[in-house]
Amino acid sequence: MQLLHFAILSPFLFAFIIPFLAKYAKRVHTGWFVLILPVLLFIYFLPMIRMTQSGETLRSVFEWIPSLGINFTVYIDGLGLLFALLITGIGSLVTLYSIFYLSKEKEQLGPFYVYLLMFMGAMLGVVLVDNVMVLYMFWELTSLSSFLLIGYWYKREKSRYGAAKSLLITVSGGLCMLGGFILLYLITDSFSIREMIHQVQLIAGHDLFIPAMILILLGAFTKSAQFPFYIWLPDAMEAPTPVSAYLHSATMVKAGIYVIARFSPIFAFSAQWFWIVSLVGLFTMVWGSFHAVKQTDLKSILAFSTVSQLGMVISMLGVSAAALHYGHQEYYTVAAMAAIFHLINHATFKGSLFMAVGIIDHETGTRDIRKLGGLMAIMPITFTISLIGTFSMAGLPPFNGFLSKEMFFTSMLRVTHFDLFNVQTWGALFPVLAWVGSVFTFIYSMKLLFKTFRGSYKPEQLEKQAHEAPIGMLVSPVILVAFAVSLFFFPNILSYSLIEPAMNSIYPTLLDSHEKFHVHISQWHGLNTEVLMTAGIIVIGTIGYLTMNKWKGIYKLFPSKLTLNRLYDKLVTLMEKGSYRVTKQYMTGFLRDYLLYIFAGFIILMGGAFVIKGGFSFTTEGMAKIGVYEIILTLVMISATAATVFARSRLTAIISLGVVGYTLALFFVIFRAPDLALTQLVIETISVALFLLCFYHLPKLRLKKKTRTFRMTNFIISLGVGIIVTLLGIASSSQRTKDSIASFFTKHSHDLGGGDNVVNVILVDFRGFDTMFEITVLTIAALGIYSMIKTKVKEEGKSGE
Amino acid sequence: MNEQKTNDIILQTVTKLVSFIILLFSFYLFLSGHNAPGGGFVGGLITSSSIVLLLLAYDLKTVRSILPVNFIYVAGVGLLLAVLTGVGSFVFGAPFLTHTFGYFQLPILGKTELATATIFDLGVYLVVVGITMTIIQTIGEEE
Repeated sequence: MQLLHFAILSPFLFAFIIPFLAKYAKRVHTGWFVLILPVLLFIYFLPMIRMTQSGETLRSVFEWIPSLGINFTVYIDGLGLLFALLITGIGSLVTLYSIFYLSKEKEQLGPFYVYLLMFMGAMLGVVLVDNVMVLYMFWELTSLSSFLLIGYWYKREKSRYGAAKSLLITVSGGLCMLGGFILLYLITDSFSIREMIHQVQLIAGHDLFIPAMILILLGAFTKSAQFPFYIWLPDAMEAPTPVSAYLHSATMVKAGIYVIARFSPIFAFSAQWFWIVSLVGLFTMVWGSFHAVKQTDLKSILAFSTVSQLGMVISMLGVSAAALHYGHQEYYTVAAMAAIFHLINHATFKGSLFMAVGIIDHETGTRDIRKLGGLMAIMPITFTISLIGTFSMAGLPPFNGFLSKEMFFTSMLRVTHFDLFNVQTWGALFPVLAWVGSVFTFIYSMKLLFKTFRGSYKPEQLEKQAHEAPIGMLVSPVILVAFAVSLFFFPNILSYSLIEPAMNSIYPTLLDSHEKFHVHISQWHGLNTEVLMTAGIIVIGTIGYLTMNKWKGIYKLFPSKLTLNRLYDKLVTLMEKGSYRVTKQYMTGFLRDYLLYIFAGFIILMGGAFVIKGGFSFTTEGMAKIGVYEIILTLVMISATAATVFARSRLTAIISLGVVGYTLALFFVIFRAPDLALTQLVIETISVALFLLCFYHLPKLRLKKKTRTFRMTNFIISLGVGIIVTLLGIASSSQRTKDSIASFFTKHSHDLGGGDNVVNVILVDFRGFDTMFEITVLTIAALGIYSMIKTKVKEEGKSGE
Repeated sequence: MNEQKTNDIILQTVTKLVSFIILLFSFYLFLSGHNAPGGGFVGGLITSSSIVLLLLAYDLKTVRSILPVNFIYVAGVGLLLAVLTGVGSFVFGAPFLTHTFGYFQLPILGKTELATATIFDLGVYLVVVGITMTIIQTIGEEE
């Protein structure tokens, strides 16, 4: 285990100390201790840029379950490092923010930071691990820690609902992904992603290619809140705002993007990948931005905005698949570049926006946009942060969102030039959808900003007297928006340090040994279509925002009964109630029903085996002659059995059962089994006596001498069992393949066992072991009866007192 | 029993005689079990049936004063005997429950076969007597 492994595991290890710090160092906010770790990790990861920049990677193996090929292999390349820096960097800022956001006195800080560290470690594991099984482990850990963080205020109904919803959706996606990983393992015989990429030719031609791809995409889409799985994200906004900022905007939701990017070299050459990834992403983008406009809760707007922006990134990743077919010309790889660039940009402006919303919530007591207004003069710094964040989100200059939006349009416009994957027919759809989505993005961004900060201040609707946030709370968002601005002016500080190595790991096969992707980002390309599109967005968006009250009505066109949330709720209740109903249907609580199932199962299984395997056979060979006694005794037994079944009173049934038993003893006599006959006689006597005892003690109340009612099912089932057992007996005695070992016993009973009674010698000598446990059984039965009766007497005595 | 006890003189007198015959028969079945029909199981059942006869003719208290035995212990001793017979074979380095037998010249009986299997069978016998009597006594006492 090397330092790298410890770097990934350090948050988990550190989490062990947190409860003690929270308990014994009460005077210092626990967050200060926590802050050290992400900062250190960030500093630890930062110099590695130099390594990935020169095209090198770092691989370090720690054997975990080598016999299964599951090793804790850390693999650092451009993509992994980019995510690691995002996680630790934004993790540090969020921790700092949370110190001022969460009250030391009112909140349970220990659990909060334990969950947060757990999440950080899990997320680092997801992005830096090469082994898919270990990746899956960390993946589920992110789901779990996210669940814990969403339900942090567990006394609120909505928090619990949101936490359960997110867990259900992300874990079902995660399980699908596990299935995909296992399929990939079946194809390539390796759990290592590196190894899989090397065997891409093998994977491509395999039958399991499509199932594996779809399963892995399901995992990625659920985690990254794509349509129709995005519904957990708006409900996850019940989490404390630092959590929303960290998990649900900057890191966890990007785990799905990471997986899509990571598995691009394996799947991206197929048309299915291109269509699924780009269309789902694009549709999610439009859908999310469209629905963000109607939200009235600030965090809901941001949640839908996150959904939309993630869709945008994913659609770009999907579109970039074309690069694999056209070679590595910049013309096609721009989509991948835009995706990575926007990934970083989104983390900066969405993180800062969440923090700004958290400040507004913290200082005014509400997040409802209808109650807010006129905060511009009261909270100038927060306003500035929000302005930069929203303008960047809307894609306006001079902020970084503008650049990535331009690149997004570029990549979408280039789709129309594809002559691949049958894009020609629908290629025009891409830029149109992208543009429509961007218009709505513009509208909700403006709504977010102006409805909150402009207009009239409504102090009577606010819980608190609004005022500017403490400086500590402002530090993190200010740093983030500083990035947002500076990335516009100096985007190329990222180009060859982060974006190029990351692209290199998404499409490793595209480059020759010393080539590099051309990732120079420029602010101005001249007056091209993209700029005109942005201008159109601003014009149409402004009109749309100003006339919003007029066209708000279209949201009512969507029937509230047909929303995805309602579908989810219905599905959950349906599953709960349905399984309850199904269980209630067959778990009746009546033993007779369960016996019916068992016997019916027996008939179906045995009868089915007879039919399918043709197991039935019948020969008269080796049969003994039937004598008069046998016939007479059989007739007696049949009539006694019939009498038992059709008896009107229980006493008759008991007596005729006794007749059956004594006839059996007689059968033992004529079939020359004296020991059996003796034992059968005595035992039958005793059991009849016990039956009579039971009969005598039947409670008086219920003692209506009822004849048994006839039930058709019971009749059929019992007839079936009888027939099957008879057939089984005939078939098994007709197909004797081996001689019996009985001859050994008769031959050696005297010289080995020292006795002439073969039965007895077998019982006590040859097979004495069985006998020993049979007498144990008898003893247990006796003790059982004894204790049952004795303890019952005691209880009665107690209740009588 | 609430009712007045009827005079069971004939039953009791016959029982005095018959129960010994039954007891003797059960011993015979037990001892001859190795070479003729019988053995510990039937022997035990019939021994307990002679005790049951006593129970029917007299009552629980009387029988308990005749046979001051706790029958659960009898079953326990029987089980222990059976297991110890098996363990005993370890002393001679043989697998569990290995039996042996031999012919001996005994004072009165003459040449007799003695087998370790009989000790095991004695265990079975005691268990059967013990459990039958336990069950019957427990159920009988219940009222």
